[in-house]
Amino acid sequence: MVIKIMKKFAKGIFFRLFSRREKIKLGFYGSPNVGKTSLANRITQDWLGEDLGTVSRIPHETREVQFKEKVVIEKNGKKIEFKLIDTPGIATKIDFEDFLKFGIKRKDAQIRAKEATQGIIEAIKWLDDMDAVIVILDSSLNPYSQVNITIVGNLVARKIPVLIVGNKIDLRKSDIKKLSAAFPEYDVVGISARTGKNMDEFYEYLFKLVKKIK
Amino acid sequence: MTGKRDDKDLTIHFMSYSEIAKEDSSGRIKKILGLILQNKIIILQGKLKVEEETRLIGDTMALIGNVKGFKGIEIATISDSDNWAMFERMKHNLAKILVGGDREAVTLIGPANLVKEIKRNPKRIELMLKRR
Repeated sequence: MVIKIMKKFAKGIFFRLFSRREKIKLGFYGSPNVGKTSLANRITQDWLGEDLGTVSRIPHETREVQFKEKVVIEKNGKKIEFKLIDTPGIATKIDFEDFLKFGIKRKDAQIRAKEATQGIIEAIKWLDDMDAVIVILDSSLNPYSQVNITIVGNLVARKIPVLIVGNKIDLRKSDIKKLSAAFPEYDVVGISARTGKNMDEFYEYLFKLVKKIK
Repeated sequence: MTGKRDDKDLTIHFMSYSEIAKEDSSGRIKKILGLILQNKIIILQGKLKVEEETRLIGDTMALIGNVKGFKGIEIATISDSDNWAMFERMKHNLAKILVGGDREAVTLIGPANLVKEIKRNPKRIELMLKRR
């Protein structure tokens, strides 16, 4: 009995000493409203029991780069510590009038638009600081948008490893195969950040992504 | 014969890559945005480098709110090399290094107040204008 307890104790120490904990700056990039913050929140809820940011159906809800440090994710006995960096959705155009249909007042819509443009500029600056990036796409929409291609191209040029995540697989129009065809050289995983579907597979791919960091 | 340009006129500017080849990245972006701010749609032979595309997005964002009526741009690039196998792409990239620019690509850039959307799939681009 005592030997059994000692063995368990020694095993625990062994794992704490030798299961690698790395601090990885993990960025979340993509167009507005694809679910970057929803995914970040799903991860922080899974591992910290709290949200990282607010979500909304109104585009450009995230207008500043947001962080969550010391997010330790464990998989198959291995632990990795992440600093999650959630960025504003990147777009090539912003029209404050698009916010009016959501019931936002004109003045507030103009402020929101201004903040959104500044957020995009900031998100672009942060590209250089990432160790790895998750590029999130809405799996129910056309994946060939120039923004998606530009983001992925930039990361490749900076030699930053990329995981493509197709969010919203709970939607009827979701088509993960189309995403895989659009980005054949990258790992693509489909999830629903809203329902939590397929998050296990996501974490498998996340750990695989970390191995590519040089 | 020259006519007075009406604000309702639509101008498409065909730009060969040689028009911007000798410019540095800042010069290219400046030239492109200059035409966009004149409400012109650009059809560019070739494509910008990814860093230049990112810079274009950043500079576009800086202009929104500072230039009256400017809402940004729509942009899409199509290239035969998108559908090539890895080996063909490597050969092509070597040729690009020697002669500069992917001149077999076509890039469409338009002001967002004129262009509703540019739809892209691997083999074609469709440009949809806003009703005026």
